[in-house]
Amino acid sequence: MSKPCPINDHRLPTGGLIDRQRQKSFVFDGRRYCGYEGDTLASALLANGVHLAGRSFKYHRPRGIFSDGPEEPNALVEMRIGARREPNTRATMVELYDGLIANSQNRFPALSFDLQAVNQWLSPGLVAGFYYKTFMWPKKGWMFYEHIIRHAAGLGTATLEPDPDLYEKVHAHCDVLVIGGGPAGIAAALAAGRAGARVMLCDERPDLGGTLRYEEREIDGKPALDWAGGHLAELAGMPDVTVLRRTTAFGTYDGNTVGLVERVSDHLPTPAPFQVRQRMWTVRAKKIVLATGAIERPLVFPNNDKPGVMLASAVRSYIRQYGVKPGERAVLFATNDDAYRTALALNEAGAGVTVVDPRGEHGTAWPERVRDAGIEVLTGHVITSLKGRLRVKEVLAMESDGRGHKGSPRPIAADLVAVSGGWAPTLHLATHAGAKATWDEERGSFVPDMTKCRADMTVVGSANGTNTLSGAIEEGFATGAAAAKAVGKSAPDPISVEVDDPAEAPVRSLWKVEPAQGQPSKSFVDLQNDATAKDIEIANREGYISVEHMKRYTTLGMATDQGKTANVNGLALLAEARGQSIPDVGTTTFRPPYTPVTLGAMVGRHTAKHYKPIRRTPMHDWHTDAGAVFVEAGLWLRPQYYPRPGEDVHAAMRREVKMTRNGVGLCDVSTLGKIDIQGPDAAEFLNRTYSNGFKTLAVGKARYGLMLREDGIVYDDGTTSRLGENHYLMTTTTGHAVEVMGLLEYYAQVLWPELDVQLTSVTDHWAAIAVAGPKSRTVLADAIAGIDFSNQGLPFMGVADGTLDGVPARVFRISFSGDLAYEIQVPADHGHQAWKALMAAGEAHDICPYGMEALNIMRIEKGFVTHAEIDGRTTPGDLGLDKMASRKKSYIGRFLLEREALKDPDRPTLIGLRPVDGKATIRAGSILVRDPVTAGPDDMEGHVTSQCYSPTFGEPIALALLKNGPNRIGETIWATFPLYNVSVQCEITPTVRFDPDGSKVKGETTDA
Amino acid sequence: MIRLDCPHCGPRDQTEFNYGGDGRIERPGDDASLTAWNDFVYTRDNPRGPHVELWQHTAGCRQWIKVARDTLTHEIIAVGTMGDDIEAKIADPDRGGVEA
Ligand SMILES: [Zn+2]
Repeated sequence: MSKPCPINDHRLPTGGLIDRQRQKSFVFDGRRYCGYEGDTLASALLANGVHLAGRSFKYHRPRGIFSDGPEEPNALVEMRIGARREPNTRATMVELYDGLIANSQNRFPALSFDLQAVNQWLSPGLVAGFYYKTFMWPKKGWMFYEHIIRHAAGLGTATLEPDPDLYEKVHAHCDVLVIGGGPAGIAAALAAGRAGARVMLCDERPDLGGTLRYEEREIDGKPALDWAGGHLAELAGMPDVTVLRRTTAFGTYDGNTVGLVERVSDHLPTPAPFQVRQRMWTVRAKKIVLATGAIERPLVFPNNDKPGVMLASAVRSYIRQYGVKPGERAVLFATNDDAYRTALALNEAGAGVTVVDPRGEHGTAWPERVRDAGIEVLTGHVITSLKGRLRVKEVLAMESDGRGHKGSPRPIAADLVAVSGGWAPTLHLATHAGAKATWDEERGSFVPDMTKCRADMTVVGSANGTNTLSGAIEEGFATGAAAAKAVGKSAPDPISVEVDDPAEAPVRSLWKVEPAQGQPSKSFVDLQNDATAKDIEIANREGYISVEHMKRYTTLGMATDQGKTANVNGLALLAEARGQSIPDVGTTTFRPPYTPVTLGAMVGRHTAKHYKPIRRTPMHDWHTDAGAVFVEAGLWLRPQYYPRPGEDVHAAMRREVKMTRNGVGLCDVSTLGKIDIQGPDAAEFLNRTYSNGFKTLAVGKARYGLMLREDGIVYDDGTTSRLGENHYLMTTTTGHAVEVMGLLEYYAQVLWPELDVQLTSVTDHWAAIAVAGPKSRTVLADAIAGIDFSNQGLPFMGVADGTLDGVPARVFRISFSGDLAYEIQVPADHGHQAWKALMAAGEAHDICPYGMEALNIMRIEKGFVTHAEIDGRTTPGDLGLDKMASRKKSYIGRFLLEREALKDPDRPTLIGLRPVDGKATIRAGSILVRDPVTAGPDDMEGHVTSQCYSPTFGEPIALALLKNGPNRIGETIWATFPLYNVSVQCEITPTVRFDPDGSKVKGETTDA
Repeated sequence: MIRLDCPHCGPRDQTEFNYGGDGRIERPGDDASLTAWNDFVYTRDNPRGPHVELWQHTAGCRQWIKVARDTLTHEIIAVGTMGDDIEAKIADPDRGGVEA
């Protein structure tokens, strides 16, 4: 560090698991502070005396650091700046690094002086359901209010810049997944690991140990952390054990799958080069051991939200784990013996302590032990209010059982209030899989009921309500051993641990402290969403008595912390209000994720270019070299057009059409789906699959085929050729290639298993080139050996095998352009070579590559349909292909095609259009009406499916579906496009403009 | 995520499969009634509990298989080839196809 660090006034002189040799400088709200290696942002702030960390969501009340872990409701900060800025980050989970920059949220203009804090003086109106009640009337008012509310609410802002970091996804399998690296989890992993099972152990913290990192406990006569450290070292030496630190298990899914997020680089200023920021693990475990511990429950009492109020266990953790003294004068308000450890920790740290316990003298050694240390214990007392604005200054305690207060409040000066109402086991990951949390009155806690859990999961330790350290370790070890045994390993030798577990009295359930007379105040249940005890009463009074309704009405448990410190108290208060028990009220359902997961981790590498794979044809490099502009067709990249210098898309595609129509052009059609069909029953199979007959197709011939769905609607089309007695090659559209393959497999395997037929997708195995235009025959006769290209030798729809540049080539005389045309297929590896050979052969004839635009123009000129017309609503008849729906055989779609409505002559049917003025563009999607001025929705008679400017005819043309269209040839109709308010008067024409008699495509009239 | 024990390939992740709908539906014959055809194409049960389904192992062996799945719990009760009697497998107390 260049500049010396400011002094940590609130750091203890010794102790903690921090490295005091390694200082870390950081900036919070523009001010520079200093901490140490091993600190969290929260512990470093507390070491500098900063408790005030944020403003609350609704009332903008000042809020302090409340916990030391993932449950933190208050200390949410905006981490980092620029493209890495991330809102709603829990300061308690942020590891301190040198140069860290964080800002508080939800305050304006400053944290200590916030203008919107005035909300709290208006608060009688801001109770439960406030938004519903106030802003829904008048109806239009919401538009106005929403703007202000959206600005006032919201917790932090995300960056608008692209995420500069890398993320990745990993899949893993293991025998035993142990979630949580506290004493129970370590014991479970140890047992399973010693048995030789494949084990994964994850913990969301940077270091394992859980509560052992701050509890002053001894195991086998040694400090508890040494016990943990020894076993962690043993686990690290086991080859089949994976320990993941900084890794949160966020959800349990079907099939014993658990989602983990590993924060690989979040503890660094930026990830190392090529290192990921976060890694998403999908883990399939045979057995899951849930050792997720418990979250301490706060207490609900007046003004319990002031900065300086903190969970009792967190106070202990800050003292022992981070060497921080969170206050000078503390009051511990607790309903259980466990929290008394906090009083001792504070006392050892040199802070003054008073214990306030609503229980009377209860017979355990704890009060005496604490009194022996010189600490005052007020049994049978509660805190009735706190005073202080930005930090607690004074505690008011009264003799009480929580309701009936006696005497007058006793003021106690304090800057820290440690609270504990007992513990809530962290059962989120069990309930994701159907486990229930059931109330155990004796323990004053929810415990897991695994009877309906779909996951093979066992809960151990304090997550299971086991509240002694020895019990947790024994339970963890036994469960790990049983899990290993269940996957076929022999159980390890049992271990025994010697732990001093002093007896503890039962927790006293104290759900709410009533305010003292004449002290109007708020008692908060959900700190992050500002839901109070009164809000729950109101919700109940207004009829929101279901726990799910109460949650939504009060928004309790619906903030980014999902009510980790609020839910149990909220349920208990609802039960009280309803006069029922907690089990009768039930619980809300936990859903993944346990804590927020970044979108980056979910997306992984699948961004930008890696969003989806790219398919390239074998001739792709040639197209690139030729300057082709590409267009995406599904996953494929296809040449859209090949611009020459000075040409735009329109000029290029019109030239390509003219050069092809007047000479010869070639087009890469490798993307068409190709399915090889073989077997004695192949002909019967095709005959049932296509709506037109295929039994009469001769060897060496191709036929256009139409495929319907079972409901009679056209599904796909293509050409199928008979290559041999029992051998066919089907082509499909590019878009449906994958689906048609699956469908044919369904027919062959499920519908007609009696047919002997084999199907193989060969789309990627053959490069395909369309060669079109009057000179195509001349060029091919020149380039391809072994084929008689005369009209008799290779007639229209004929198929023949030859050799192109030494490569075997299959030639199909088929045409999608309407011209004399062929399709050449060569093995994919020879596609580039074949293309070059054809270009060379055609050079003398000015051969021209053409792209998708020219292809589309030429097929519209010829009246051929694509998926613009085969749109999932059209029958063969609608497309003018009625003759292709056989009446002589059974095939897919035949029965329902016969339905009356599909035979209605008034159905929109394919026709051609041209503008009456010969100039106006007919937009695709235009609606066809008789009068565009008076037409209403009921007057629609059809719509335009495809359009282009036809270079061949020198005018715009279109294909359209029009009611009774074929009988209206020569009439006029309007194509109207209301979005742009344009209407074009059109003449209705036949669909086929180019070569209507087929003389070009079928004939010998070439210049050869 | 569901894992299906493909009878041809072994246990595989659901992402390798395509769902193919109700596996108990029979395609009617050519002489069947319009009602039968209508039911075949448009009518499906939506059971809460066991459901016999077709899945295709599209990213594997490409075979269509029968799967008995509980729609409520996503438990895979049984898996079989198209030729297997899946109903018998469901009834078999010692049934296979369930992958832990
Ligand atoms: Zn398979």
